[in-house]
Amino acid sequence: MVKEVHPMEMNRRSVLGIVGAATTVAAIGLPVGIANATPEDAMAKVREFAGGKEPQTGGKLTLNTPEIAENGNSVPVGVSVDSAMEGDDMVEEIMILADGNPNPDVVTFKFTELSGEAVAETRMRLAKTQDVVAVAKMANGDVHMAKAPVKVTIGGCGG
Amino acid sequence: MASKPRVKLPKSASAGEVITVKTLISHEMESGQRKDKNGEVIPRQIINKFTVTFNEKPVFEADIEPAISSNPYFEFSVKVPESGTFHFKWEDDDGSVYETEEAIEVA
Repeated sequence: MVKEVHPMEMNRRSVLGIVGAATTVAAIGLPVGIANATPEDAMAKVREFAGGKEPQTGGKLTLNTPEIAENGNSVPVGVSVDSAMEGDDMVEEIMILADGNPNPDVVTFKFTELSGEAVAETRMRLAKTQDVVAVAKMANGDVHMAKAPVKVTIGGCGG
Repeated sequence: MASKPRVKLPKSASAGEVITVKTLISHEMESGQRKDKNGEVIPRQIINKFTVTFNEKPVFEADIEPAISSNPYFEFSVKVPESGTFHFKWEDDDGSVYETEEAIEVA
């Protein structure tokens, strides 16, 4: 005989589930009272970096991030630009932003002719699921942009 | 506090070859976003700048924000024109500077 699940039992379980989830969030230690950045904050940073140029999204800049990051405390991020690294076709800077972190700034890489290739990799913190944005500035003033969503399972809340 | 930085790059290369350099330094990278058990904000203390030169010419630089993970890791490329010495420098919020050097032989 199939045991019937009492509606009250179901209810108690879902309540416990919710309480459990809330406790987990508290235990991770999200910074209380510190608002996260918004995509608009990140775009304002992009505009400032671009200095009036319209960022191109044609794929010259590649942004490598995992689709899913289990641990937001250490998320690998790589950037590369298809560039000769000399004359006008030279990458001067690449800025990385995370539009849902308490502060969208992550890192800015500066390249030189000795770089040979415009590639760099590091590890960053992501407080929650969000978009990672990379913008590259060329010697001729052109600006290239790439964006990638990263799903974060456990947030790296600044720690 | 940071401990001795680690750098990985080939011992030799041919002239004009593009090599990959990997660097790591042990550092808490305290973001300034966390609170201790009394609810006090733990002050920010991070490595805020990483600079690489080759034979005293600039190669690569990173302006670092608190969103970089603890034990900051950087990987980048260098086109090596000649034999010489790489100089790596990490700058801490507290004013400390951590440095190391690595030589490469170009045949």
